[in-house]
Amino acid sequence: MSTNIVRMSEALADVMPQEYKDLVAHSTYGKVDRGWRDLGESKELIEQHSLCAGCPESLGFRYIMSSLPNPEDTVMVGSTGCTSLVFPHIAVHNIHSLFGNQNAIASGLKRALEVRFPDQVKDVVVLAGDGATVDIGIDMTLQSWFRQEKFTTICFDNEFYANTGGQESGLMQKQFVGKMAPAGKQFDKVNLPQLAIDSGCHYVANLTTSKPMRVEKVIRNAIMVAREIGPSYVQLYTPCILELGLQSNDALDEMKGAEKKNERFEFFEYKTDEVTEYLDKLDAERKERKEARKAAKKGA
Amino acid sequence: MSDNSKSLIGTKNKMGQTYADIEDFFNGKIPKEQFFMTGSEIVKEAVKRSSVGMSISYPITPQSEAAALVGELWVEGYVDAYFRGEHEFAVMSECAGASLGGCRVFTTTSGPGTLRAYENFPMWSGGRLPIMLCLMVRGINSPLSIQPDTIEIGMLLDTGMLIWHAEDAQELFDFILKGYVVAEQPDVHLPIAVAIDGFFVSHTKEMVEIPSPDYCLLPYDPYRSPVPVMDMETAPMRVMRDPFVMKSNYISYMTHTSWQLEIRAAIERSRKYTRKLMGGSLIDVEDGDAEIILCTSGTAVSQSREAIRLMKAKGMDVGLVKIKSIRPFPTEEVKKALDKAKLIVVPELNISGWMAKEIKSTIDRNSRVMVGPHVAGGMTMPPEIIVEEIEKEIALRKES
Repeated sequence: MSTNIVRMSEALADVMPQEYKDLVAHSTYGKVDRGWRDLGESKELIEQHSLCAGCPESLGFRYIMSSLPNPEDTVMVGSTGCTSLVFPHIAVHNIHSLFGNQNAIASGLKRALEVRFPDQVKDVVVLAGDGATVDIGIDMTLQSWFRQEKFTTICFDNEFYANTGGQESGLMQKQFVGKMAPAGKQFDKVNLPQLAIDSGCHYVANLTTSKPMRVEKVIRNAIMVAREIGPSYVQLYTPCILELGLQSNDALDEMKGAEKKNERFEFFEYKTDEVTEYLDKLDAERKERKEARKAAKKGA
Repeated sequence: MSDNSKSLIGTKNKMGQTYADIEDFFNGKIPKEQFFMTGSEIVKEAVKRSSVGMSISYPITPQSEAAALVGELWVEGYVDAYFRGEHEFAVMSECAGASLGGCRVFTTTSGPGTLRAYENFPMWSGGRLPIMLCLMVRGINSPLSIQPDTIEIGMLLDTGMLIWHAEDAQELFDFILKGYVVAEQPDVHLPIAVAIDGFFVSHTKEMVEIPSPDYCLLPYDPYRSPVPVMDMETAPMRVMRDPFVMKSNYISYMTHTSWQLEIRAAIERSRKYTRKLMGGSLIDVEDGDAEIILCTSGTAVSQSREAIRLMKAKGMDVGLVKIKSIRPFPTEEVKKALDKAKLIVVPELNISGWMAKEIKSTIDRNSRVMVGPHVAGGMTMPPEIIVEEIEKEIALRKES
């Protein structure tokens, strides 16, 4: 899409909602090297959300939206759950269809966009919860990786079916007592990052949303790898403060605890050799641009 | 049927096929040739002429051959993208993704596959995705049956899809081309199931007459869709393709309801296009003034024709109403065609008798309807059985 498409007819400018005017005037479509630092200085691609106050998912969602390398040519695919409360408010095309079929939708969508726009970058990004990704949708998640579908899968892992009220999910920890696991979960947390590697993902990361810079880098890496090389997977811990019985300001500590050494969200990044070489090249180019910007600023 | 892509008529696609108006495939303008081929083979010929963007397949008897033949079209270059999905639920979601991305989509399935995919069909119509589903119907477990049985059509009636039932390979070919044209109209824009009876049509050879492969349908123009294409080529309005039912308030309930009502209205609006392309009516009538009318769809029509021949030889006054479109149901046509009949017989290849229920809920004085005869699970319906059952029914009705 040309960024020119987000323009207003002058004749209608006085009746357009303020949020749309802001989007036209202050959003970051087309900006090279977008990132989480744009938050607060530009119009976000998330207008509003109805998630709980302090929900790490809302934080993660904003970091992801600010880190998309090409929002003007990105289509997102969601699934049913808390994320589907946010998707209607984001300013990129997004699809909700059924619960758990997100990687199948994305497979058809990505191939259709390749057919229709062979000479244009069109990124497809899946963003769904752990129930959708690992339980009901696990076959479609894995099969899309087997088939080397070129899109990114992001899982908001809150270790629950949070939207339906805290039921056991495959990514829940063993022995955790939740609804439908009244005696504690009987089996281990599914190791989806490892399954992703074994299933053919070229880039895999496991982390929390506690560090915006890290989230930005991982998301950008995952999308660039999917665009050029093959499927990528990112698992983000977004604890459900409601179901864990935490206060709104407790989420950061919860995530920091979970990412300590040998904990289940200790930062982990897997790259194939090809990916390492490719990402190093992108990083070098990025650094050059940053220095050029610095120099230009100094000159001005 | 005005259309921006009409300016392409007479120009050639990358395979050298000339884009042609739908009417020209059937009015003699495009030269036709005769072949002796199966229903599966005719699917390949129809898709070859339909400018299909993507097809996704999955093996299940009896549609596997047709689905595989479409793959050959992809290798040849007539279909832009093709792959085998992991199961029918995923396949129909992959089709949805392709359609949301702006491609014309073709897929096929049968019986248990239809049910495994089921959740997708109301999603297709809710998403206003004009996907073509060729349904080669078969029995549904348990016990296992791979044989022809039309029960799955009855299960699709309220999904919001258009549903046409072809009697033979020739009609299957015609319905695929015509189906795309009707389904993609901006004031329709709905998925369409073109059903045939598995094996009886998919696996038997018959004489067909098909237009030259040098011509093809105009390409799908996704920007004629009544809802945005998910390609980020239009302004990213903050509304998802699905109605926003996630909030518990009256406006969200109303959104869902009005959206669903609009789907039903779109089915109604398809009638005018379908009538035009089906020769003026959603039904065919033969000897419509007869006292006894056999009224059904699919290969049950072919068997009914044979039964009618036998009954006429006995001096019975008998005619035929063939239903071609099941959604929309030809309400007015059927009412009118069956108004004078004293006995309406509905032979069906399923155990539920959904077609008889449809007819009974459409006409006046519905005690005139004889529900059956039925066969199921792949049993054939010999014309002699139809005659015998009708004679029994007549005797019964005389007694009472």
